[in-house]
Amino acid sequence: MQYLVSVIDERSNSATQEEMTAIRAFNERVQAAGHWVFAGGLADPSTATVIDNRGGEALFTDGPFVETKEFLAGFWVFEAADLDVALTLAAEGSKHCNRKVEVRPFL
Amino acid sequence: MNVDDAVGRAHRAEWARVVAALTKRFGDLDVAEEAAAEAFATAVERWPADGVPPNPGAWLTTTANRKAIDRLRREHKRLDKQKEAVMLYDGDPPEPVGAIDDERLRLVFTCCHPALAMETRVALTLRMVGGLTVPEIARAFLVQESAMGRRITRAKDKIRAARIPYRVPSTADLPARVSGVLAVLFLVFNEGYLATGAGTDPVRQDLTAEAIRLTRLIRVLLPDDGEVAGLLALMLLTEARRTARVSASGELVALGEQDRGAWDQHLVAEGQRLVLERIATGIAPGRYQLLAAINAVHTSARDVRDTDWSQIVALYDRLVRVDPSPIVALNRAVAVAELDGPDVALAAVDRLDSALTGYHAYHAARADLLRRLGRGPEARSAYDRAIELAGNTAETAYLTRRRDQLA
Repeated sequence: MQYLVSVIDERSNSATQEEMTAIRAFNERVQAAGHWVFAGGLADPSTATVIDNRGGEALFTDGPFVETKEFLAGFWVFEAADLDVALTLAAEGSKHCNRKVEVRPFL
Repeated sequence: MNVDDAVGRAHRAEWARVVAALTKRFGDLDVAEEAAAEAFATAVERWPADGVPPNPGAWLTTTANRKAIDRLRREHKRLDKQKEAVMLYDGDPPEPVGAIDDERLRLVFTCCHPALAMETRVALTLRMVGGLTVPEIARAFLVQESAMGRRITRAKDKIRAARIPYRVPSTADLPARVSGVLAVLFLVFNEGYLATGAGTDPVRQDLTAEAIRLTRLIRVLLPDDGEVAGLLALMLLTEARRTARVSASGELVALGEQDRGAWDQHLVAEGQRLVLERIATGIAPGRYQLLAAINAVHTSARDVRDTDWSQIVALYDRLVRVDPSPIVALNRAVAVAELDGPDVALAAVDRLDSALTGYHAYHAARADLLRRLGRGPEARSAYDRAIELAGNTAETAYLTRRRDQLA
């Protein structure tokens, strides 16, 4: 079972040096424990481009598809046996990256 | 024995066990719930003609199993696949010392999982563990039946999709998870005890009784947990005073004015026995045990004048350390009024203004202290505010009479 752990941010500056160190150490522990699938940090929402190709001609729009105070700053994908395991990992992740996170199961 | 009684008794005794056994076998709460409901409906049809089976629990589980298999066949689901796909079952016996290996305990922890909203946990626990119907739960919480049905369906969907496990939590997680279960039961009890809504009875005995029944079940499953015993004792000592607490005209009767002869002595004795048992363990009590101990002191006074207020204030002092909430501070101040006088208590209550200004009991406590200090006009405006905020009809009637008695 895989879970997406989204990192929710309100600040536009990226993680501090201490946060990066803590995240790296946490990631190594996750890998060692066999829960690692993938993870990544994202650039600021202002760097986003929205594409709509439903009409046959691709339209490009500058900026995120919706402006919000909170935005997705990065994510983990964990392999976990059940939600309890995923929640424990996500709680650790929230502590080390110093941000709120949201857990959602993959279908 | 009357057949209706037999079905009712089997429902109270066996519902949770049937749901739990089917959840284990089929790995799905929805399948378990529906099959259990069908099995009980079959019992209602068949037992009058066929007689009550010698082992009603086994009959119901077998019947429910058959209903579940029928449903899965109808829906062309392969039984082995079904189980694998939906819910993770942890067959290990529960880790915590003293926990009974009973499927019902897994069911309780799944229904009270912290990933579910509080109101959802309450609804799911009443349905899956308590066996209340969706219309009954909807009525209890004054919401539309369709809305309650959707809430329960969403919860079952989330349990399945997010894979909320069917398991007793690990020893490390257990205290937090048990306190989550107790919070659900206490909420059900309080909604019965201080029922809100203009058209409702001031006390909903159906809810207090259900909360006590479920807490008794948790106590059977976790016999060594002090807070489980504490919550049960607290409920029993509160329920014991239920009939004395509301007058014939539907008005709240304050603790000091209650007819103590009308208290249920069996419940008082059982609650006090539980409190003494916990004290005898020498283990530091938690919040519910301290609240129960306070109620044990109250219920051991034959006359309100015999109340050991210094003991009560001492217990509140310990409670403040465990639970430093403004509501505990307010209740402590009310006890302090009896020990050190209403002026000392009022000073303590006034310090809580910013935290409790929207809480009716804060204004009711202030009103009573101001009245005792002879500060009539201030007492009147405090009563006004309390009446405005109180949602319970018996409390409103009591506060109104008290206000109108002011000189």
